[in-house]
Amino acid sequence: MSILFAQLRSEIRVIARNAEQLLVIIGIPAALLIFFSQVDVLPTNGQTPIDFLLPGIFALAIMSTAMVSLGIATGFERSYSVLKRLGATPLGAGRLILAKSLAVVLIEILQLVVLYAIAVMLGKEADIANVALLVAAIFAGTLAFAGIGLLMAGTLRAEINLAAQNGLYLLLLLLGGVIFPLDELPEPLQNVGKLLPSGALADVLRGAITDTAAYGQTSWIVLACWAVLAPLTATKFFRWN
Amino acid sequence: MSTTATTTGDAAVQVDQLVMRYGSVTAVEQVSFNAHAGRVTVILGPNGAGKTSTIEACEGFRSVTAGSVRVLGLDPQRDRKQLNKRIGVMLQDGGIYPTARVGEVVAHYCSLYGKGVVATEVIKTVGLEHRTKSTWKKLSGGEQQRLSLALALTARPEVAFLDEPTSGVDVNGRDMIRAVIKNLASTGCAVVLATHELDEAERCADDVVIFHQAKIVANGSLESIRSQSYEIRFRSGIAFDVAALAKYLDFPIQNMGDEYVITGTADAAVIGKFSEWMSFHGADIRDLRAGAQRLEDIFRRLTTGGAQ
Repeated sequence: MSILFAQLRSEIRVIARNAEQLLVIIGIPAALLIFFSQVDVLPTNGQTPIDFLLPGIFALAIMSTAMVSLGIATGFERSYSVLKRLGATPLGAGRLILAKSLAVVLIEILQLVVLYAIAVMLGKEADIANVALLVAAIFAGTLAFAGIGLLMAGTLRAEINLAAQNGLYLLLLLLGGVIFPLDELPEPLQNVGKLLPSGALADVLRGAITDTAAYGQTSWIVLACWAVLAPLTATKFFRWN
Repeated sequence: MSTTATTTGDAAVQVDQLVMRYGSVTAVEQVSFNAHAGRVTVILGPNGAGKTSTIEACEGFRSVTAGSVRVLGLDPQRDRKQLNKRIGVMLQDGGIYPTARVGEVVAHYCSLYGKGVVATEVIKTVGLEHRTKSTWKKLSGGEQQRLSLALALTARPEVAFLDEPTSGVDVNGRDMIRAVIKNLASTGCAVVLATHELDEAERCADDVVIFHQAKIVANGSLESIRSQSYEIRFRSGIAFDVAALAKYLDFPIQNMGDEYVITGTADAAVIGKFSEWMSFHGADIRDLRAGAQRLEDIFRRLTTGGAQ
């Protein structure tokens, strides 16, 4: 257990020291939440802006931590041979993955609490439609995005991985119904958006937080597929060094 | 099957007929050697000779194509979990995150091994106590090497694999690293050290394994390898019949520029006969030196003239 905690401490220290990661994890989701809840430019399907935005921002936060932050850090660790060096200690791959997963979960808890507190300050009433669904959605979303992030980190060169993670983040943000409803997109893009993990996660989070999911079961199926297939693919193709 | 190499005389590292291929490239071809507890075994060779591939097979990082590797009686890949608790590793390229601080990273590795090694003592051993709060990227090349070595020490290892430990290190840093390595071996640890630096190998090694073009061209104690290479070197201002002298002494003589080398002996009796012959033929002797060849000379001979 002490080995696991030692590694967990190290993982959190690396994230805390990395200003770019902190910006992606906390800064961007909080800024988008505050900006779009105060500037009336988004179609919100009859909801208050904050009620419409919060589930999408939660999805964005999970994507930021589980995919971008984890993926970029792991890519650089691979490039600096940090993973290789740890591979010659008693840590083991299992504890390394567990420590990384726990670090992601702890950071997600922190960022979701901060974002929810901001939302309440901006006028969101402090109730969630279905807490169990919210936890399940966060769990499935974390698996899906961690799988995508690690697949890229374990197969691409660190610099390419950095650019690809940020590019994909932007793409999933724009096409995933995170900031504005999917039905505002041209129809072909709507269909793409429904199949993206960000679109599916944002939709199931809408169901869990405000009971306003647009596609319900379809989004759960899409998210579950990503949550299973992405980690399996990452496991198959990940190269440690 | 025995799982440990605790009995006297057992090799801590046993490499037998090792072959490693990457696609069509053969990195290591039919290589065999042993490394023993309490001794520093230096794997020496030019870049690309197969040193790092061999060491990484011993560390469990790479699969072998054929042959076998045993470390402390264990298979480095199959028994990696057990072995990782008992070996110390220093990678050629560090393996440390650039923003990691010296004190933190050593303490982290002490926790991973859980052997009661005190981080501050290890840091002091490698002379980085004044750099505890510095990050890896702020350290000089030599300091980075010393930090990598410190991580190997946190394992309190029975076998330590050190890949190019003095590469890019200044003279004082080298002295310190050499002292740490010798001290490590004196505790009973089998130290396996890969380097392409001949001078370093000569100063550190108890045993030497010389790689050339994926094969071993010499393997044994430093003393035994050098003793096979005794020679008498001299200069002379007067021309003499080299063939006649060689025949008289019964040892070959090479003319190397302005220097002559009688190879295969440094025996006092031969030197006496040689002096008599030169005196009798009116030839003077200058800069007479006798003894074992330097490792550098042996290495050059073995790696430019083909394997012996």
